[in-house]
Amino acid sequence: MFDWSEIKKWFSKETSSKDVARDRLKLVLVHDRTCLSSELIEELKNEILIVISKYIEINQEEFDIHLSKNQEGDGNSMVHALVANIPIKSMKRIVHK
Amino acid sequence: MSEVIVITSGKGGVGKTTSTANLGVGLAVQGKKVVLIDTDIGLRNLDVVLGLENRIVYDLVDVVEGNCRTKQALIKDKRFDGLYLLPAAQTKDKMAVNPEQMKKLCAELKKEFDYVIIDCPAGIEQGFKNAIAGADRAIVVTTPEISAVRDADRIIGLLEANDISDPKLIINRIRMDMVKRGDMMNVEDILDILAIGLIGIVPDDEEIIITTNRGEPTVNDPKSKAGQAYRNIVKRILGEQIPIMDLDKPTGIKGFIINLFNKKS
Repeated sequence: MFDWSEIKKWFSKETSSKDVARDRLKLVLVHDRTCLSSELIEELKNEILIVISKYIEINQEEFDIHLSKNQEGDGNSMVHALVANIPIKSMKRIVHK
Repeated sequence: MSEVIVITSGKGGVGKTTSTANLGVGLAVQGKKVVLIDTDIGLRNLDVVLGLENRIVYDLVDVVEGNCRTKQALIKDKRFDGLYLLPAAQTKDKMAVNPEQMKKLCAELKKEFDYVIIDCPAGIEQGFKNAIAGADRAIVVTTPEISAVRDADRIIGLLEANDISDPKLIINRIRMDMVKRGDMMNVEDILDILAIGLIGIVPDDEEIIITTNRGEPTVNDPKSKAGQAYRNIVKRILGEQIPIMDLDKPTGIKGFIINLFNKKS
């Protein structure tokens, strides 16, 4: 059958709205299922910051932590991951006593 | 063996009550003895969907408070042999019943009936806790919308936390024209996200509104696609293996001609 919507799709670069819905839903469910609210993530971030700062001098301004989707090794399936980006200013010299 | 099945969803307005009514009638037509319990105290609707609103004398709260015997509160549907309704109270609130009382009631009704089907209210508070208390299995209803699927996910988690394992999913109000355009999540998308078994898909169908206006169930309407979908779900509840409906196939005269050409090509 002649389907206009198919032809329109070829010419538009827009992602279909259902794909947008699916991706948004997947991400929101990671938060729902892990019960990690943005406040909790903020708390987690602050605690990690304290621990890491003991060993490494880090750029606190650019320190970022968030939940995201990553491609798994096989390239087909997606896994959710807690991703932290921690820019290092300098390594501290740790003196073992 | 008798079973208590709760029909739940989290979000309101996705078709819990309509599904309860149609599955109940469908099971009764198949010769089963069925009682439907409306647990949406304060916002009862199963009575009007079934067209039994003029026959209510006692309700769920009267039964648990002992104001009447359970049998006195059951409304017998004269159109369908073996179908009964236990309506919710309209003037009380959800706290008028507790989960222990529901467990007791379900156990009592299980002795008399093949199927006890519980229409759960929206939400995850007391009403939900009451509805699932005595349930053996659960059917989760959702629509292909982001909000409904999100709430279904939450409900599935809560069901599992309450030891109601392996809930089954009904995806309601699918519009194939929108799915084809890529403007509605399809069955695979939703199953991939929720990761539970599918018991049926129900197309968006005007007939549902028309029959509900009249207080009649759609499940008996041979022309309605939604009716066919509910008949299939009834058979799956009874343990039959029925393939999931192909909503893509055009129907009616236009469909007949299209199918004729497709066959030849």
